[in-house]
Amino acid sequence: MKKIQTPQEAVAPIPDGAVLMIGGFMCCGQPIRLTEALLAQGTKDLTVITNDAGFPDRGVGKLVVAGRIKRLIASHIGLNPTAGQKMNSGEMAVELVPQGTLAERIRCAGAGLGGVLTPTGLGTQVESGKRKMEIDGRTYLLETPLKADFALVKTSVCDRCGNAFTAKAGKNFNLVMAMAAQHTIAETDRLVEIGELDPERVTIPGIFINTVAVQGAR
Amino acid sequence: MTQKPKPTAEPAAGADKRVRIARRVAAELADGSLVNLGIGLPTLVANFIPKDKTVFLQSENGFIGLGPEAAPGTEDWDLVNAGGKPVTMVPGGCYFDSSLSFAVIRGGHVDVTVLGALEVDEEGNLANYMIPGKMVPGMGGAMDLVVGAKKVIIAMEHVNKHGAPKILRRCTLPLTARKEVDLIVTDMAVIRVAHDGLILEQIAEGTTVEAVVRCTGCQLQIHQKVGEF
Repeated sequence: MKKIQTPQEAVAPIPDGAVLMIGGFMCCGQPIRLTEALLAQGTKDLTVITNDAGFPDRGVGKLVVAGRIKRLIASHIGLNPTAGQKMNSGEMAVELVPQGTLAERIRCAGAGLGGVLTPTGLGTQVESGKRKMEIDGRTYLLETPLKADFALVKTSVCDRCGNAFTAKAGKNFNLVMAMAAQHTIAETDRLVEIGELDPERVTIPGIFINTVAVQGAR
Repeated sequence: MTQKPKPTAEPAAGADKRVRIARRVAAELADGSLVNLGIGLPTLVANFIPKDKTVFLQSENGFIGLGPEAAPGTEDWDLVNAGGKPVTMVPGGCYFDSSLSFAVIRGGHVDVTVLGALEVDEEGNLANYMIPGKMVPGMGGAMDLVVGAKKVIIAMEHVNKHGAPKILRRCTLPLTARKEVDLIVTDMAVIRVAHDGLILEQIAEGTTVEAVVRCTGCQLQIHQKVGEF
């Protein structure tokens, strides 16, 4: 049985300066209730690992606009103009990571691997400062694991063991992030009793979830 | 190298150019192929896939079977494309997470990726993700797509908005990938990237080989039988 809390209670342990992973792709599959609670809580100086800077008026994008993020690790920031402005002014450090590399760096942190070898980024600025290795005649970049103190993930249905299902294209980074953090908070649209979620439909095993956040429920 | 004269802009309207490019790219897609279309102009290609071909579209955010944009009032915010817009799914598709999506992309399971470009050069190098100091949107999935897809098609206007060539001897902007581009389709020409340079294979109806050469910033080998499209 997992801790069942409101979004506000669930984000309370997140301190200033924490390293966070936040699931979602352009707000699809993003735990918006958790990002809103974090915004209201005033937490700042965050390092955020997420696919993109989203839109200025929603989810992670609002944390960017409010100046809560000190360092952003993402693959794309183009649809949130404030992110580019804060990067250029030096207010927010941005590390751009190819999307597939981002997913694998997070996954290998949760999967007990020391890194991943990828051809992506060879011959570009991405390879700067990284080790190259040749395997069977092909050159790869060594990309290292990305871990976090907390992961905030989105689920459509979650049972009291934390087993979760995220619908459709909302899956994106939610599974790998749930695996890679010390403490994972799963926001859910619908909390169900144990046995109500078909094990065949589980997209995030409950063992990766520490806290289930649901609006108003106990 | 001699300095090329300043190219003249094409008279065709912007929308017509884009349709011409999209239609020509669609003709490259084989029956049964898995294709990823980039945001913007490449997205238009979906409108011109012949009805007698089955082509599945992969969406980098986690599914195969990308359909048209959702009609107003039917939006499902759990189903968006790589630009964050609500879309639909065609029968025969499936969902997966980002790790698997990029295994599909990087692992060579995507037959064709179609992307826009800021610059392409005669080595098949591509620059399409940033203009330092000006526009730094990030590479998103583009670096993985061009490295992993079996065939990389660039769909873009032949010259930039100032009339300057986008096809160059060497890219000047930060690269998205080295030597990965296979084919360049513009409003003026179809150009194949060979190991020893660029080959002009087709020109658009209403233009000439000379005009294409004038609007291109590097040497073009002219195919023996240049076709029209």
